[in-house]
Amino acid sequence: MQMKEYKPLIVAFCCNWCSYAGADLAGNNRLNYPADVKIIRVPCSCRVNPMFILRAFQRGADGVILCGCHPGDCHYTSGNYYTRRRMAMLFSMLDYLGIERERTRVEWVSAAEGAKFAATMNDFVEKVTALGENKRLEDLRCKR
Amino acid sequence: MQRIGVFVCWCGSNIAGTVDVKAVAQALKLEPGVVFSTDYQYMCSQAGQNMIIDAVKEHNLTGIVVCSCSPRMHEATFRKTAAAAGLNPYMVEIANIREQCSWVHKEMPIGTEKAIILGKAAVAKVNLNTPLTPGESPVTKRALVIGGGIAGIQTALDIADAGFPVDIVETKPTIGGKMAQLDKTFPTLDCAACILTPKMVDVAQHDKIRIFSYSEVTEVKGFVGNFDVTIKKKARFVDETKCTGCGDCVDKCPMKKNPNEFNMGMDNRSAIYIPFAQAVPKVATIDAGACTMLKKGKCGLCSKVCGAGAIDYTQKDQFIEEKYGAIVVATGFNPISMDKFDEYAYSQSKDVITSLEFERLTNAAGPTQGKLLRPSDGKHPHKIVFVQCVGSRCASCAEKGKEYCSKICCMYTAKHAMLTRDKYPDTEVYVFYIDVRTPGKNFDEFYRRAVEEYGVNYIKGMVGKITPEGDVLKVQASDLISNKQLHIDADLVVLAAAIEPDKSARPLATMLTASMDTNDFFTEAHPKLRPVESPTAGVFLSGACQGPKDIPETVSQAGAAASKVIGLLCKDKLTGNPCVASSNEMMCNGCSSCERVCPYGAITYTDKEFRMPDRTTQVRRVASVNPAVCQGCGCCTVACPSGAMDLRGFANNQIMAEVDAICK
Amino acid sequence: MNKKNLREEIVLRAGVNPKKCMKCGKCSGTCPAYDEMEYHPHQFVNMVDTGDIEPLLNSESLYKCLTCFACVERCPRGVEPAKLIEAVRLSAIRKQGANRMTPNDVPAFVDEDTPQQLLVSAFRKYTK
Repeated sequence: MQMKEYKPLIVAFCCNWCSYAGADLAGNNRLNYPADVKIIRVPCSCRVNPMFILRAFQRGADGVILCGCHPGDCHYTSGNYYTRRRMAMLFSMLDYLGIERERTRVEWVSAAEGAKFAATMNDFVEKVTALGENKRLEDLRCKR
Repeated sequence: MQRIGVFVCWCGSNIAGTVDVKAVAQALKLEPGVVFSTDYQYMCSQAGQNMIIDAVKEHNLTGIVVCSCSPRMHEATFRKTAAAAGLNPYMVEIANIREQCSWVHKEMPIGTEKAIILGKAAVAKVNLNTPLTPGESPVTKRALVIGGGIAGIQTALDIADAGFPVDIVETKPTIGGKMAQLDKTFPTLDCAACILTPKMVDVAQHDKIRIFSYSEVTEVKGFVGNFDVTIKKKARFVDETKCTGCGDCVDKCPMKKNPNEFNMGMDNRSAIYIPFAQAVPKVATIDAGACTMLKKGKCGLCSKVCGAGAIDYTQKDQFIEEKYGAIVVATGFNPISMDKFDEYAYSQSKDVITSLEFERLTNAAGPTQGKLLRPSDGKHPHKIVFVQCVGSRCASCAEKGKEYCSKICCMYTAKHAMLTRDKYPDTEVYVFYIDVRTPGKNFDEFYRRAVEEYGVNYIKGMVGKITPEGDVLKVQASDLISNKQLHIDADLVVLAAAIEPDKSARPLATMLTASMDTNDFFTEAHPKLRPVESPTAGVFLSGACQGPKDIPETVSQAGAAASKVIGLLCKDKLTGNPCVASSNEMMCNGCSSCERVCPYGAITYTDKEFRMPDRTTQVRRVASVNPAVCQGCGCCTVACPSGAMDLRGFANNQIMAEVDAICK
Repeated sequence: MNKKNLREEIVLRAGVNPKKCMKCGKCSGTCPAYDEMEYHPHQFVNMVDTGDIEPLLNSESLYKCLTCFACVERCPRGVEPAKLIEAVRLSAIRKQGANRMTPNDVPAFVDEDTPQQLLVSAFRKYTK
């Protein structure tokens, strides 16, 4: 029997003003990236609660990537600075939980960087694929 | 439970080429809440939209999912369609299966699989959507301009010409600001007073403009369209409505030895004074600190000579409350203090002056009637040294100078040097510069003219120290090009002092919840695309309060700010974005975390009474969001430790549902 | 020692960053010993920055600096040229393996007005 090719499950959070537009631009330019990436639109990267990322890992995501405007270019002036700090803290917590650092990433992608968006996604999927399947976080509240 | 309709668009072959749209429609039909599912070539076409409207009516739909192109493209279109079908427009979600699926993936099975997942996420989100209505707030059709310099004057005139009433608040007894103190203006050398004073008269005579001179803003409440402002009219001890500005009181006043602020303290004025001949309003003001009548109750001469009976020694500060729709900040700049630059001997010698003082010295209405004379002995200076960048570009000495380039000094120094050589060709003029920065129309030509035609000696280097010795100033400086140290015996030294925002700007920013940078310049909503708006809605920026600027730039920014204000005041009602944060008061623990991260100051805390289960009442401090100010970034929702804060349209449970749908 | 290493070492020892220099020349405008020097303070900063340090090591200018710190006080960018000069001077002295001043030289300098502190600091400056 042939092993089914491993396909990671990647959740991408993209801010509405820069990265989501960057993803659209990647589409307009027909820049391919793996279909494993599923994008969720949020108004600003600072809308992403670290809980969302933990939830994704609980539900079996193999990687989570968070994209926002470049520092200094935030549509809401300071949102991505908060993102940067919150994610730094989340990453150290994920280290503690034993989830590999490569499974989470923060990238700044502007609305003009369609090529960067595609390249980032290709690279991220490649890295996560190399790591293999993620161990699923258990939600203690759901345990019977 | 929602009744959801799913509409899958082919977009011709754009989507249908790599996504099996029929399979997507079939798969999504099985999702919870979905009661209807179909596909069509062009959903955004009139026929496609009618199809949605019909389906809503036929199947009693409460929510719509459109699997099509990017929501940045057609979200607005489909929201209008929903509204036409009698649905709340915010019950529509778009699954982006074109830009983020069919266009970036090549194989049909992969594209179809991803499209289904994206559709499921959208369905999961719509299941939790709630109807949203944008808030509306009225607009007070009156603007407030804080600061009466050229920036404030131009903004006020432009707004008033569009038909809206404007109030100008100016702390000084007259409007006019720094430009009124200038002699000539670069690069055309037209006289500042000749171009400014007609504008000041226009302001005074405009029936839509009120001037609150000798006044300041003490309190600002409210939000865009609805500001409540308290203005303090300081007592000037002269009835503005009666004073004719004849100046008899000024002549008779015995207290004549008060430094004249308008002439930078280089001559004296009386205790009752009119700042300058073309002042607007041309009304006398009594300096309470200098008047013996007010201090000791003796004198009263001005009251005796005043034919109009305008003097009123009992006048008190007056507080005026007024409503405004928009506020323009035009608080301007000041040169920094030179007291800490010991090496330039500013406080030791009267003949070391700042450029603004030089401006008054060469002004026909100045202390020397326009003759260039040394402040110490009234003699003609024959050797003048100009020092540039005094306190500008000064990174190491935050307590002395400023890190930024003050932008205007290169040009006004070239102007001063040129005019000096023009009027007094026997004068040697040296300008010490680090860089000569002349970006601007006709600016570099102007500077080169100073060098080539007027023979100003520009020396690349910096003055290290100045020592007054007898009646000369020993200037020690470096000449980097010829690699020499120069020793010049100068008669007059002019320091191009850095400029800084007016001291009143910081407390004003706190009142307005408008953000500032570390140098106390107001920050703009976007450095490139929204340069005249503050991030705080309804607050606009004009002139040097936002950054160093010359007159042409100030005037164009003032006009831009005015056009933004007019655009706001034209509206009868402001429709907000309904996707704003809201706080669950029962869960809020009053910690202020959200208030601290909000970039717009949209969150306030109030004490509220709550009924407790045991029928007692309890007062708790809870957050409330002003939907007219909130822009919906959602930063507060993450900061909130108790989960009380949520964002409408992008609620926690909605995003979680999307995550779950994707990870299923 | 190669050029780059020498620059790194001097910058490290001085604790200042010559890259911060905006070439205004205020250090040279302010220097009381300017005319005595072959290389002037602003050149000094530039030469250290570009790694052109050999000529400095061989120049008398090193010992003409009075370490009065007027340039440090007045430099608008916080480059602090005197500290760089001090660092190069140390390099020269360490390299030479000899002191530039011995106790025998002292009597020649001393007169009634010479403060003792000057002699102490001269020793500190010109010896290992």
